[in-house]
Amino acid sequence: MAEQLQRHTFVVYVEDKPGVLNRVASLFRRRGFNIESLAVGHTETPGASRMTIVVLTDAGGARRLEANLYKLVNVLRVQDVTEVPAIFRELAMIKVATTRETRTDVMQLVDVFRARAVDVAPESVVIETTGTEDKIDGLLEVLRPYGLLEVVRTGRVAMVRGPRGVVVDPADLPARGPRGAAAPEDPEVSHSV
Amino acid sequence: MASMRTGAQIIWEALVREGVTTVFGYPGGAILPAYDALLDYPIRHVLVRHEQGATHMADGYARASGQVGVAVATSGPGATNMVTGIATAMLDSSPIVCITGQVGSRVIGTDAFQETDVTGVTLPITKHNYLVSHVDDVAPTIHEALYIARSGRPGQVLIDITKDAQQASTELQWDPGDVKLPGYRPDLRASDTEYSRAADLINGSKRPLILAGHGVLLSGAMAQVRELAERANIPVAMTLLGIGGFPALHPLNLGMMGMHGEAWVNQAIQEADLLLALGMRFDDRVTGNTKTYAPNARKVHIDIDPSEFNKNVKVDVALAGDLASVLDDLAPRVTAGDRKGWLDAIRDMKGEVAVRDIQNLPDSGHLYAAHVINDIWRLTGGKAVIVTDVGQHQMWEAQYYHHDEPRSLITSGGLGTMGFALPAAIGAKLARPDAEVWVVAGDGGFQMTMAELATIAQEKIKINVAIINNGYLGMVRQWQEFFYERRYAATPLLSPDFAKLAECFGLTGLRIDRRQDVVPGVEKARAAEGSVVIDFRVEQEDTVYPMVPAGADLHKMIRRPSSAPIVETADDE
Repeated sequence: MAEQLQRHTFVVYVEDKPGVLNRVASLFRRRGFNIESLAVGHTETPGASRMTIVVLTDAGGARRLEANLYKLVNVLRVQDVTEVPAIFRELAMIKVATTRETRTDVMQLVDVFRARAVDVAPESVVIETTGTEDKIDGLLEVLRPYGLLEVVRTGRVAMVRGPRGVVVDPADLPARGPRGAAAPEDPEVSHSV
Repeated sequence: MASMRTGAQIIWEALVREGVTTVFGYPGGAILPAYDALLDYPIRHVLVRHEQGATHMADGYARASGQVGVAVATSGPGATNMVTGIATAMLDSSPIVCITGQVGSRVIGTDAFQETDVTGVTLPITKHNYLVSHVDDVAPTIHEALYIARSGRPGQVLIDITKDAQQASTELQWDPGDVKLPGYRPDLRASDTEYSRAADLINGSKRPLILAGHGVLLSGAMAQVRELAERANIPVAMTLLGIGGFPALHPLNLGMMGMHGEAWVNQAIQEADLLLALGMRFDDRVTGNTKTYAPNARKVHIDIDPSEFNKNVKVDVALAGDLASVLDDLAPRVTAGDRKGWLDAIRDMKGEVAVRDIQNLPDSGHLYAAHVINDIWRLTGGKAVIVTDVGQHQMWEAQYYHHDEPRSLITSGGLGTMGFALPAAIGAKLARPDAEVWVVAGDGGFQMTMAELATIAQEKIKINVAIINNGYLGMVRQWQEFFYERRYAATPLLSPDFAKLAECFGLTGLRIDRRQDVVPGVEKARAAEGSVVIDFRVEQEDTVYPMVPAGADLHKMIRRPSSAPIVETADDE
């Protein structure tokens, strides 16, 4: 396989059911793909969750991954948005060590990067920023000399530009929703083994 | 008229409504409510001796009949014992549904007695699985599970049902309507462009070859494959699991491809200008080194599972869909052709090697596995269902038993599961009670699951068992001979007296170590009312030829040492 490795971004709609994240993650591991980032959340459609998954692979690997994702019964829709016009964003919170002397410098960098300080303490500042990974990497690089105390990043989320997007039709979702664990009490029923 | 049923009753009621008549299982604590309800339903339950056997039986049942096989076990060890059987079925796309009991929903996650996260354990080896903890979900889940198992690429579905869901009651509302699975697409269709490109490649090819896999049987596309082959004069090579998908004695049949395929088959693949891969997945046992595989050939791949395309071998055209229907649509676009030059060239590749004709060999007094298998083929008229284990005997079976009928060879191909044969044969016999069923197993694999002889006795099933007993784990020994300087580490194998063992189980046992006794022995077994186990004491260090070493180029095979099909020693005169 002489094909070129590239970061592929998949938008994956899944049924909002227990264990689905496990199924998706297990598939990547089993087929030898390494997830670089994965972000999950609710969507415009009740009952459907949306994952944004970034994987380093070649074009053939990306196609096989898409086909394999579709083999999971709970996967509703898969789109590789790597080659389509799309907006990629990540959110990061960065806790930087500051002193009376350095705080102004740090705040200036925050302004330059259009980030926000969301917590200021005598010895630290928490900075929130959204942007591409490159932008966040850049901000981290300039903050590093001051002392990075803690960094958290959400991983990439993606949205296709223009009116058409990656969506699922709510009518496609099964009527039978996820059921709570609470079963009606029945004296005949034993919960022990 | 809705009426109250317990979850346990619903399990069986749903299975009956789905057409299930036979299940293979083993009771235990967490599945006890279901077993209590079983007595009231018209289902034949086969008590196995190990839950692995239950899954192999369900698998054998499915392979013999095309119907979904069903296995049942309790939680914890019962369920984990099923893992090997589920994985075996998965690698060979055999449709089975496994129902396991689970501890009560309130104690899940507390490491309760016999609790195992079975849906977690089986996640990578099932097509789909369910944890059912509410009685109202039992019926729809079983309906869905059987649908998923049998549709699309056939698969394995495990349903883990908590004990409280079995005990609770609900109104059974059976809704046998269409299953609504928005993310499930078993009915893919290839585009018109893809059909045209495939047809152009076929019509333009001078040296085409059909590679027929298990998909031919699973899709029931035997007639379509034959029509295509005959119309365009395309020779057919088969994978191990494709055997039976095209008549063995058809003039266009080349035989089995791959690691132990005949030399001319692999040579034809290497020289072909077009490979038409039908329901097969270019397994490494079939391709050898993929870098040098079929270097001159364009490739057309038809499979129901698009994730198989370009997985192991890059293809030029891929058509997704059910094979029979794809071939129905493709056939009108394929033009007739005589391809005489190509067929002649393949005949020349075959040369003098008349390996298929071993019945005329002089009787040397030595007993070879090939003799045994070839004699079973002749005496059964090629009409038996042969269930093999894994190893040398499996390859000899593929070489010396000629299968004209689909679903007449049942064997663990993808996973290569030793111990498969005996339980799978029980499943096959129950699926097709009128079929003559033979187990062909080695002395090693047979001992892995031989406890199921008791199941045969208890169920009063008629199966004949041919143990190809060479005192070694033969295939591993062969690899040690070729690749590890004959250092036979842990391959010499002491076995019990299998004939006596059979008697202990109430069956008939025979031991045969001379060639002249093979025919009478096989005839005796066939005529016997009950099951017969024959211990064939064959040549100990016999070798399966030809052989493509793992990862080697397909055309660089280890050939038979002489033109004789079977190694005969000097004192044979």
